Amino acid sequence: MNPAFLAIALLAALASIAASDCERARPPSAERTIEIAYSKFEPPFVTVPAGVPVTFVLRNDDPIEHEWIVGTDDVHARHRTGTEPYHDKVATEVTLPAFSERTTTVTFEEAGEYHYICHLPGHEGYGMTGVVRVVGD
Amino acid sequence: MRTLIAGMTAAAVAIGAFMLSPAMVDACAGLIGSNGAVNLGRTTTLAGYSNGVEHYVTSFEFQGGGGQFGTLIPLPGVPTKVERGGAWTLQRLVRETDPPPDLLSAGAAFDEAAAPRSAKVLLEARVDALDLTVLEGGGPAVAEWAQEHGFRLSPDAPEVLDFYASRSPIFLAAVFDGEAAAARRQQLGDGTPVHLTIPTDNPWVPLRILALGKQLDDRVEADVYLLTDGVPALLPDGGEGLRVAHSDEATQSLLDDLRADDGMGWVPEQAWLTKVEIDARAGDLRYDLAVDTTEARSPSMLDAGLDFSSLHAEEGSAASVAFVVIAVVVASFAVVLLVQRWNSPMEPL
Repeated sequence: MNPAFLAIALLAALASIAASDCERARPPSAERTIEIAYSKFEPPFVTVPAGVPVTFVLRNDDPIEHEWIVGTDDVHARHRTGTEPYHDKVATEVTLPAFSERTTTVTFEEAGEYHYICHLPGHEGYGMTGVVRVVGD
Repeated sequence: MRTLIAGMTAAAVAIGAFMLSPAMVDACAGLIGSNGAVNLGRTTTLAGYSNGVEHYVTSFEFQGGGGQFGTLIPLPGVPTKVERGGAWTLQRLVRETDPPPDLLSAGAAFDEAAAPRSAKVLLEARVDALDLTVLEGGGPAVAEWAQEHGFRLSPDAPEVLDFYASRSPIFLAAVFDGEAAAARRQQLGDGTPVHLTIPTDNPWVPLRILALGKQLDDRVEADVYLLTDGVPALLPDGGEGLRVAHSDEATQSLLDDLRADDGMGWVPEQAWLTKVEIDARAGDLRYDLAVDTTEARSPSMLDAGLDFSSLHAEEGSAASVAFVVIAVVVASFAVVLLVQRWNSPMEPL
């Protein structure tokens, strides 16, 4: 066998093994899509890694406005009585007009469960809630 | 009101002088407010069906002006007329089936009685301080129109509007003009009766819409009166939250009284009166009332909102037809290509 051909084959094999290791070392996919239809989040439960920026693609298929607000119980307590009509300043608080899509990136530093809720009047009571479970290493 | 008073006078013969007292006249007059408004204890609707035309009479309660107090009602067809409802029709029906206790004890004298993207405005009408718009469109289009006109839609609206639009894309939007209501001295709770004339061979009465915007455990209470040429077959005809409280031949005095009211000349000489009482948990009221007055006596599961499979089957068959058409076109195109190739001289290899 031609020695040059053998060397190239060996290099290709090593490169393949290295690429495979990189694949394993990469954190889990950091993008999650959450759809809204008939005033319900789908899925109502997502798992994300701690300490990794997670991009949420939020799609509202309803003809009415919704909100996606994720955070601790304190955050939700504040929003239940809040009067802010529109959210687009904070990554964890997003207003979704009818038939719209928004993307937001959130890094959850600590493992735990964080609820996402639509705080428009009557929406939480109607069941517009979900949970982000943040898992550590 | 002439005939109603005549009917009551006739009844008075049986129940004594009390009926002729001024107090009774006041009670009768009290059916209608000084501004023409009606006041009913609960949502009350008359759905009359005769000769292929549905007459839908209901009352919109004034709760303040503006779209946030607006109402959407799905309809089985496109109305040819939207007008002020009779002044006493609904109250008279209530008296027919639920007479006041004093009258009962006095001898039952009244026992006698895919839508386009944007919603299309088909008809607009004004009744007193109430602006009425008949819309055609899918659930999303109607929701969009409603919000553009100031309606605040509840979270269940997307699903409920789709529930109706998949069967009939016709909706009635009703909203009070606050200034006009104030000018008419309309009080909160005053109702404005509206009469819709809807040619249809497919009568049904929207019930699920009554739960729109309510919490799942809230109660929905309503009375629906049906006036039909014969005994109607209903679906559902009883069960959780729905009860047929009255089913009998309509009395002549009732028919005469109703016919004497404004716009009620359509009331036939003979009819069957059915009263359906709704007392349901909002979360359980996921159906409408389908009515069949034909000999088949087979009200539609689809019209009752209980089974959409026939609708999906139609969509499926339409899709199948489209698939066959596409397949035929592709096959024809392939045959043409083959024939052309066959007829063309063979290229040398």
